[in-house]
Amino acid sequence: MSDLINVSNISISFTQYVQGLNQRELKVITDLTLDINEGEIVAVLGSSGSGKSLLAHAILGILPHNANLSGNMVYKGDVLTEELKKELRGKEIALIPQSVNFLDPLMKVSDQVIGECADEAEEKEKRAKQRAIFEKYGLSEEVDDMYPFQLSGGMARRVLVSTALLSNPKLVIADEPTPGLDEKSVEETLNHLRQMAADNVGVLLITHDIDAALKVANRIAIFYSGYVIEVANASDFSGEGENLLHPYTKSLYKALPHNGFELTKGHQPLHGEIPVGCPYYERCPHKLENCDKERPFLFPIDENKRVRCFKYEG
Amino acid sequence: MLDKQKILKFLGYKLVRFAILLVVVILLSFILIDMSPINPVNAYISNMVASPEKIAQLEAYWGVNQPITEKLLNWLGNIIVGDFGTSLIYRTPVLHVIGEKFTASLILMLTSWVISGVLGFALGVLAGFKRDTWVDKAVKVYCYILQSAPTFWIALLVVMVFSVYLGLFPVSGGVPIGALSQDVSFWDWLRHLILPAFTLSILGVASIALYTRDKLIEVMSTDYFLFAKARGEDGWTLIKRHGIRNILLPAITLQFLSFSELFGGTVLVEQVFMYPGIGQAAVSAGLRSDVPLLLGIVIFSAIFVYCGNLIADILYNFVDPRIREGEENG
Ligand SMILES: Nc1ncnc2c1ncn2[C@@H]1O[C@H](COP(=O)(O)OP(=O)(O)O)[C@@H](O)[C@H]1O
Ligand code: SF4
Ligand SMILES: [Mg+2]
Repeated sequence: MSDLINVSNISISFTQYVQGLNQRELKVITDLTLDINEGEIVAVLGSSGSGKSLLAHAILGILPHNANLSGNMVYKGDVLTEELKKELRGKEIALIPQSVNFLDPLMKVSDQVIGECADEAEEKEKRAKQRAIFEKYGLSEEVDDMYPFQLSGGMARRVLVSTALLSNPKLVIADEPTPGLDEKSVEETLNHLRQMAADNVGVLLITHDIDAALKVANRIAIFYSGYVIEVANASDFSGEGENLLHPYTKSLYKALPHNGFELTKGHQPLHGEIPVGCPYYERCPHKLENCDKERPFLFPIDENKRVRCFKYEG
Repeated sequence: MLDKQKILKFLGYKLVRFAILLVVVILLSFILIDMSPINPVNAYISNMVASPEKIAQLEAYWGVNQPITEKLLNWLGNIIVGDFGTSLIYRTPVLHVIGEKFTASLILMLTSWVISGVLGFALGVLAGFKRDTWVDKAVKVYCYILQSAPTFWIALLVVMVFSVYLGLFPVSGGVPIGALSQDVSFWDWLRHLILPAFTLSILGVASIALYTRDKLIEVMSTDYFLFAKARGEDGWTLIKRHGIRNILLPAITLQFLSFSELFGGTVLVEQVFMYPGIGQAAVSAGLRSDVPLLLGIVIFSAIFVYCGNLIADILYNFVDPRIREGEENG
C-alpha cells in the first residue's frame, strides 16, 4: 500500500461580520491531519455540523468563496494546489454526495452524469460507458431518461455511486452516503465502497454513523470540536476498547448499544468556544497539569495510529 | 404527456377568476366615470353649436340622466353583442380605434419586451457569473439608477440626447394625434418607433437583470451546482448547463408578469414621444371625456395584463418537468 493523499494541518475558517464591521474568524476545522492509502477506506467520524463536508470540499477545491483554507495537501507526491484540484476533480478524485438534491432537478440523469461533450464521438463513448456502469449497478435503461425527482431512494443512491465511478477515480470521497437508508440499502452502499477499495481505490468515508464506519473502514479518524483527536484502526474498536487511546474515543465506544450506552457528561464545545488547551479538557477524566494551558498535537503512535493527547506524548 | 383534464380544470378556474376581475374593473371604472364631471354630450358637441332639442336627443342617446344601474346594464348589453359604441373624439367605432391603437402599442411593447428580456437576462447572467467584480457592480449600479428614476424623466432624457442634441430622430409629432396608419409611411412609422422602443427597453432591463443575477447566485450555491463542479464541470459550461437551465423559466415567468409595468411605461412613453398608441388614446379619451373609448381601453388593457399573468401561470405550472411529470407519478 502506498500513500494516495496526505492532508496535513488543514484549517478551514470563515470570516464573519459580527455587529457591523467587526470581523471574526470562525474556525470550523483546526489542524486536521489525515492520510489515505490506495485501496484503503478511511472513515472520518464526527457529529453533524462539525465540518466534515467542508473537509471533502477542501480536497475537491470547491469550498464556498468566503472560506479560508490553510495547510498542506499532497496527492500522489504532488502538492495539491487549487489548479491541480481543478484538474483532478471529476477525474481522479470523485465525490459521492449525500442525497438526490445534488443532482440538477431539470436535467435528465444520463445527460448530467456524462457531463459536457465536445463532439458526438465523445458523447457516444461516454454514454456507452455510463450505460455499462449503470447496468452494473442495476439501473435499467429507463433511468437514463429520468429526471432526479423520478428516482426512488435506492435508485438515486446507485446513480450517485455510479456517477463517481464514471471517470475511474483513484480517490472517492463519500459524504454521508448512508443516513436515511434502510438496513439493506446501507449494506448495499457499504458493499459498493468495499468493492471500490478492492479495486485499489482509496475511499474517504465521511459519516456520523459509527456503525457504518466500523463495518467498512480500515481506519477511523475521530472529529471533536473541529479537531481530529484520534486516528484508530477499526480493529481497535473491540473487546473492552483497550486499544483505543483517547478518552473521548473510549467513551464513544462505551456508548455503543452493545457496550451498555455509557454516556459521558457534557457536550462538545462549538466552534468559537473552544478552550486554549485540549478541546476535551472539560470532560476528560484523566486531565494532566497543563492540559488546559497547551494544546496537544496529533501525535503519531505508529504508521497508522495517531492521537491528540498529552498522555501519549513523548 | 400533459394531463389534459388538469389543464382544462386550470384554465376553467382561470377563466372564472378573469370574469370576476373584469366585472370588478368594469364596475369600478363605470362608477368612477359616473362620479366624475365628464359629460359625453359636451364632449361630443365640443365646440359645435347645437340646439336644445339636439342636446336633449343626444342626452337620451347616452342616457345622461338615467340612473347608473340602467346605464351600466345598457352598456353591458351592448358589449356582450360586441358593440362598444362609438368613440367621441375619433368618431369611429371604439373597437376600430382600439384595434388600430393597440396594434401600434403592441408592436412597441413587444419590441421592447423582447429586447429588454434578452438584454436583461444576458446582463443578469453576466453579473451573477462575475459576481463582486466591477462588471457585476456596473450592472447593479445601472439597474438601481434605472429602477429609481421616473420613466418620464428617462424618456425626456432620451429625447434630449437623441432628438435635440444629435438630431437623429424627430422630436415628436410627424404622426398627428388621430391620424390613422394608412396616412403614415412605414419608414415614418419606424422612425417613430425606435426611440420609444429604446426607452422602454433600457427601462425594462433593470428588474429582469437584477432578478436573473440574484437567481443565478442562488443557483450557484445549490447542492447540485456544487456537485456539478465536483464532477469537473467549470466556468461557462457549468453556468450554461446548470445555471441558465435553472433560471431561464423563472426569468421568462417574471418577464410575463411584468406586462402591467410594461403597459404603464408605454402609456407614459407614448405621451413623451407622441407615439400614436393605446396609451396616448387613453390619455386623450380621459382628457376629452370620451367615455365609450375610455371604458373600451380599460377592458382591453385588463385583458392584456391578464394574459401576461395567465401565460406566467401556465409556464410555472406546466413547463417545469418536476411539476409536469410529477402529475403522472403521483
Ligand atoms: N459558507 C459558509 N459560511 C459560514 N459558515 C459556514 C459555511 N459553510 C459551512 N459553514 C459552517 O461550517 C460548519 C460545518 O459544516 P459542514 O461541513 O457541512 O458540517 P458536516 O458536514 O460535518 O455536517 C457548519 O456548522 C457551518 O456553521
Ligand atoms: S490532553 Fe489532557 S485533557 Fe486532553 S484528553 Fe489528553 S489527558 Fe485529557
Ligand atoms: Mg455534511
